Amino acid sequence: MLVSPPGPADDLVIRGARVLDAVAGVDAVLDVRVDAGTIAALGEKLPANGHRVVAGEGLVLAPGFVDPHVHLRTPGREDEESIASGTEAAAAGGFCAILAMPNTDPVVDTGAVLGSLLEAAGREARIPVGFLGAITRGQHGAELAELGELADGGAAGFSDDGRPVASAALLRRALQYASVTGRRLALHCEEPALSRDGQMHEGPVSAELGFAPYPSVAESLMVQRDLALARYEDEPLHLLHLSARESVEALRAAHAQGVAATAEVTPHHLCLTDEAVRSLDANVKMNPPLRGAEDRAALVEALRDGTIGVIATDHAPHARHEKEVPFEAAPFGVTGLETAFAALHTHLVAPGLLPLELLLARMSDGPARAYGLEPPRVAVGARANLVLIDRRTRWRVTEACFRSRSSNSWLLGETLHGQVRLTVADGRVAFSL
Amino acid sequence: MPDLQVVRDDLLPPRAPGARRHLLSIRDLTRDDVERLLATAATFETSLEREVKKLPTLRGRTIVNVFYESSTRTSSSFELAAKRLSADTLSIKAAGSAVDKGESLKDTALTLDAYDPDVIVIRHPQIGAPHLVARVTGARVVNAGDGKHQHPTQALLDLYTLQGAFGRLDGLHVAVVGDVLHSRVARSLVQALALVGARVTLVGPPALLPRGIEELGCETSSEIDAIRAADAVYVLRMQQERMQEGANYVPSLREYAARWGVTPARLRPGQRVLHPGPMNRGVELTGSVADGADALIATQVRAGLVVRMAVLYDLLTTAPAAMRAVRAEQVA
Repeated sequence: MLVSPPGPADDLVIRGARVLDAVAGVDAVLDVRVDAGTIAALGEKLPANGHRVVAGEGLVLAPGFVDPHVHLRTPGREDEESIASGTEAAAAGGFCAILAMPNTDPVVDTGAVLGSLLEAAGREARIPVGFLGAITRGQHGAELAELGELADGGAAGFSDDGRPVASAALLRRALQYASVTGRRLALHCEEPALSRDGQMHEGPVSAELGFAPYPSVAESLMVQRDLALARYEDEPLHLLHLSARESVEALRAAHAQGVAATAEVTPHHLCLTDEAVRSLDANVKMNPPLRGAEDRAALVEALRDGTIGVIATDHAPHARHEKEVPFEAAPFGVTGLETAFAALHTHLVAPGLLPLELLLARMSDGPARAYGLEPPRVAVGARANLVLIDRRTRWRVTEACFRSRSSNSWLLGETLHGQVRLTVADGRVAFSL
Repeated sequence: MPDLQVVRDDLLPPRAPGARRHLLSIRDLTRDDVERLLATAATFETSLEREVKKLPTLRGRTIVNVFYESSTRTSSSFELAAKRLSADTLSIKAAGSAVDKGESLKDTALTLDAYDPDVIVIRHPQIGAPHLVARVTGARVVNAGDGKHQHPTQALLDLYTLQGAFGRLDGLHVAVVGDVLHSRVARSLVQALALVGARVTLVGPPALLPRGIEELGCETSSEIDAIRAADAVYVLRMQQERMQEGANYVPSLREYAARWGVTPARLRPGQRVLHPGPMNRGVELTGSVADGADALIATQVRAGLVVRMAVLYDLLTTAPAAMRAVRAEQVA
């Protein structure tokens, strides 16, 4: 499902870092030796064996991050992002693997389009990358795409992300058919009749600013419908970018009933509320929109208790001229690959809202498992997928920081606390500062 | 001939000389700002009683009016206000300009900025357009209405009208009736009234009262009888052009008029009535209410001129020394 970049694997010794892999039960200061891309030894004072030595003293070494929700804008909008620039940005953010969404131009709804992307990724990608296929042809929500062909061609899953599957009957058929492909549906939950023309969360801020509202019930109603269908068909599914407290409550109830649903949340929904929209800055416009303080608190709590096991950036690059317009005229979406860890470390870990080891697990183990990928591990015998983190460095987010071709970040001008220093992806050093 | 005291020293803007200021939202103003602007407007009203109405105050200044939406009273009163203060004015309508050729707001703003205008007055159908212009140009920017967001000079002229009619604003009770959801006038007015200590009750169909609006410091009711307790009734235009097809905020205009239309029977004698215009007679209010002796609608229009003069004057006079009283013999 994942295409790795070409080239030989690396030999490496990372010395004296705090190795933190809560899922594997490791939290100790250790040396880690990588031989030909595979973790060969964990221990104290390991011999270098002529390998490149990385000083890890005072730093945290964790399993590399996995981002299951990236828009690489290729094919169609290569001015906004390419496979090369998007994966380079991901590597700088500590990611050792990403999955790209199929809402491109053309949409990834046939084996041919998927095949051309996988082939291009084999040449251009800096880290392993996988691609989701569309659920419906052209993502029009009218008829199923050829899910079997897409799965056989290497699709990592299926999604009409950016749009809901509005027809309950069609979603039911998709759930039934996806089961024979062994791939999961990833659903964008939005009742379009309730969100129509909506620009931001409905509440006191939208009442004051006058923006057409996109109420939280537009999401939670669709979450409830999708979970009801998953329960009825006894099929798993993945819920994209949850934003509302009521969605979390519905998911928790479905888990109690045995529904195999995973769910993700974005850094911006975990860090911001609709108060940020008072800036009228198009870089806080996204779908789903930023919601109220109670919604944000419910998302953090769900991340803590495991109801939501996945952090996903929903990295959505947009050209500068498309965002330098009045809020209502701007497209939805913000970038996130290069700032995800630092933003969450700054806004959740530093204030004590989320333990570091949980953040690391939700950015790595959780997303990998949701799509059936091999979870990165800091363990002997595992392929080296690692991120080395400096928790003390502060850095200011500016447009010049970004490897992405776009800089529509909600964090521009903000000073973040914590920085990725080294990323090893599939045995290769993909980024080093 | 006595001296014409245009501005008293205690009305001078408190900010540092040279600071570039804008009027984008009522939210940006303090109560002192509002009181200073209203007092300045009152001084200008006196000046307009003179035979020669033009003041030299803003001679050599350039004020550009850019209207992306149709407007009669706002655009004409801004233009006249600028001319009364002897500024050079340039008025641009989106229709027939480069906007028709797909020029972005940013590029239009940069083009206008090349003429070094002192003030850009802008009306635009999208929220935040004046803020964008303020970011990309060197001009002071006045929001003359941005989408459903704000129309601050309308709120100021409404305060001026109410103060003239009642002699006070603090403690005044104003009922605002109608389509609050789509109304920038209502949003600005509620903030402005709350700022000066007035009490506000919003009245209308539930779907046209935005969820959470109470946090601006007002009460809401869907019963038209709620207007009877107010000192003044502010009737909003039923904005048919913003009613999305099939949105069903109300079943019909006929039913709206029957339930929420302001009629003589629903008013107490002596209750003052305001409306921002343009009116839909027979929908949000009856013709007899609009033309009645208690209506302040024509007063509002007159207030628009002096309040906009006050706003332009206030934005452009940041250095106290530069704007002492203008003597009568200096008046052109």
